[in-house]
Amino acid sequence: MSEVGVWAERGVDFVSDNLDWFLTGLDNLLDWALSGLGGFLSGLPPALFIMMAFVVSLLITKRAMLSVLVGFAFYIIYWMGYWPSAMITLNMTLIATLLAVLIGIPLGIAAAKSDRINPYIKVVLDFMQTMPAFVYLIPAVVFFGLGLVPGVIATVIFALPPAARFTNLGIRQVAEEMDEVAESFGSNASQKLTMVQLPIAMPTIMGGVNQTIMLSLSMVVIAALIGGGGLGEDIVRSLSRVDVGMGVEAGLAIVLIAMILDRLTQSAKSED
Amino acid sequence: MLSEILNKKPLKAADDKVYEWLRAQIDPVILDIKKPFKYAFTYINRKMDRSLSVEQIYENVDCPVDDEGNRLTIQVRNLSKIFGKFPETAIPLLEKGMTKDEILKTTGMTVGLYGVDFDVREGEIFVLMGLSGSGKSTLERCLNRLHEPTTGEVNIEGLNLTKLSNQNLRAIRRKKMSMVFQNFGLLPHRNVLNNVAYGLEVQGIPESERLEAAQKAIDMVGLSGYEKSKPSSLSGGMKQRVGLARGLANDPGILFMDEAFSALDPLIRSDMQDELLKIQAKLSKTIVFVTHDLDEALKIGDRIALMNDGKVVQIGTAEDILQRPADDYVSRFVEDVDRSKVLTAGVFMKRPRELVKSNQGPRTVLKLMEGSNWNVAFAVDKAGKFQGIVETDDALRAVRDNLPLASIIDGDVPTVGIDTPMSEVIQHLVTTHYSIPVLDDENYLVGVVRPSSAVDVMNVGGNNNE
Ligand SMILES: Nc1ncnc2c1ncn2[C@@H]1O[C@H](COP(=O)(O)OP(=O)(O)OP(=O)(O)O)[C@@H](O)[C@H]1O
Ligand SMILES: [Mg+2]
Repeated sequence: MSEVGVWAERGVDFVSDNLDWFLTGLDNLLDWALSGLGGFLSGLPPALFIMMAFVVSLLITKRAMLSVLVGFAFYIIYWMGYWPSAMITLNMTLIATLLAVLIGIPLGIAAAKSDRINPYIKVVLDFMQTMPAFVYLIPAVVFFGLGLVPGVIATVIFALPPAARFTNLGIRQVAEEMDEVAESFGSNASQKLTMVQLPIAMPTIMGGVNQTIMLSLSMVVIAALIGGGGLGEDIVRSLSRVDVGMGVEAGLAIVLIAMILDRLTQSAKSED
Repeated sequence: MLSEILNKKPLKAADDKVYEWLRAQIDPVILDIKKPFKYAFTYINRKMDRSLSVEQIYENVDCPVDDEGNRLTIQVRNLSKIFGKFPETAIPLLEKGMTKDEILKTTGMTVGLYGVDFDVREGEIFVLMGLSGSGKSTLERCLNRLHEPTTGEVNIEGLNLTKLSNQNLRAIRRKKMSMVFQNFGLLPHRNVLNNVAYGLEVQGIPESERLEAAQKAIDMVGLSGYEKSKPSSLSGGMKQRVGLARGLANDPGILFMDEAFSALDPLIRSDMQDELLKIQAKLSKTIVFVTHDLDEALKIGDRIALMNDGKVVQIGTAEDILQRPADDYVSRFVEDVDRSKVLTAGVFMKRPRELVKSNQGPRTVLKLMEGSNWNVAFAVDKAGKFQGIVETDDALRAVRDNLPLASIIDGDVPTVGIDTPMSEVIQHLVTTHYSIPVLDDENYLVGVVRPSSAVDVMNVGGNNNE
């Protein structure tokens, strides 16, 4: 092993030795969030869940027929018998996306506001996005052991860049005249950001959120390797048993979830 | 393909119905959820704005007044703006007499403005005109400090804006001035009403109050009924009406308009100019209007400042600019003006001095006319409506024969309107021996064109084929 690897190991050792309080806190917080939403999702009768999915979809997309299809897609997952796994996957995807967006959007705002820190953020984002996803699993396991939490952490790191990048891009694309509008009426910095820049950048930001969701979903499947569970685990199991039927079914369930989440965020994006 | 099917009309209509019904059920709940966030946001904003009130900022400041008693709303003193790395270093070079091009070549910096001085009187439309790149927008943006001036002063009602802290500057921008933009600058995510209310929202004015003020401004620009429309659904002219309404909604004394009508079709543009003049007659704002179009400048400007290479080369009324161009640049500028449109009675008329009231006695009138050496006087009624002319001979006769003044007023004389082309006015001038009265739509005497103006027209219109 070369120096680089040695340093990486030292860094990981240092963090696990000295930042224990932080890791434990994060672990507890994520555990709390995951078991909260997870308990809710798996506790909900599938029929009720499907109805709620319909209503939520209708509110976001404003399209009744599309929303019926969303409900129907969930029904197919139920009918194939992958409901519990799908709920676990959905749980992890939602929590990971939420975290990635909560971190990514402010990061993007900072990058857009300051030309000085923008290059640094860019380098970090490039690193996060191009490093093969599996690599994140290793420190995640070192810090958090096996289970849902390390899966979510690795997912957040992997899925965060588009949210930050698109936010940065969206704000920088706002026409200069719009900034002048805000300034000339005496807006302060937060008014300019929240009343002018973010709303105008919103379609672009939603494009980034859409990608973040898709990346989260794909990573959550990979996280099954470290005990993430859900549909990913079904696929890993079907692979070890060479069970084509199970593999296709679980894969189809993932595709359906991906399509649902994609359509929902896409239409939020195209809203005028 | 799926979305194609879903977009078919009947499906879409059913979709919309279901959606609207659900929305109606859920909206109140969403509003309730949003409320605490809104309050928190308003609260944070209040805390962030630690600026003084405008009254406090102006406590020991008096608005300067010129010799004629006009309040000088805007005073610009020795204003320079250099774009580039070390703006201050370009000033000594300019003082040595280097030109804009030379400075760009040797230092790589752009001279936006250099040594600009002028005053804008309260209630006038002051036009900044010049070729592209002459610094009109830069100057306008220095007036509200969207650009930081490199040197010099901008005084707003006597207050030096360049010295103000950012917080106090915001307070001034909120209350004293607003801006109308070339590409309208409407917020695409807000409807017309909320666009117009933007300036008031920034001030933290409660929703009901600001929407009421916004509604008033919308009514004023003739957009009633479009309050709920999104900007994307409006035509260019309507969009700029929204821009104008937004500029008026917070009732500022000063309005900055940068090529506000340049993006509009000629006909719409002319409409908007009329609309602006109508509103201005009602509100008397101080307006600084940027344009590169001489016709527009002549039509709406009370005074015009011509700019070239970051400097103001001439300031004057439309007539000054047309008749007495200060240098070659200005004369070239006014050369291709559409003279039939520009050479109108309104441009050449003078304030009528030889005025008498139709209810005065003939003796008074005669004395007045002989004392001032007038051959002819213009008679108006108490309100100022034109009645006719009085000649000295007739006045003499009236005094001798004891006739009332009304009987000798000659009402059957040629008169012209403000827009009458000078070619027509000159025809009247050659058939009479007195000045031609200029009347507005309601027969008020607004000026007279003197025979001497015919010569001016020749000068200005020398190379004109029409
Ligand atoms: N932000 C800027 N950075 C550098 N140079 C600038 C900037 N803004 C304007 N300039 C330069 O300043 C000069 C004056 O530009 P300005 O935009 O004020 O001209 P203008 O009279 O408004 O022209 P137009 O009719 O094209 O709008 C130009 O040479 C321009 O290139
Ligand atoms: Mg300009």
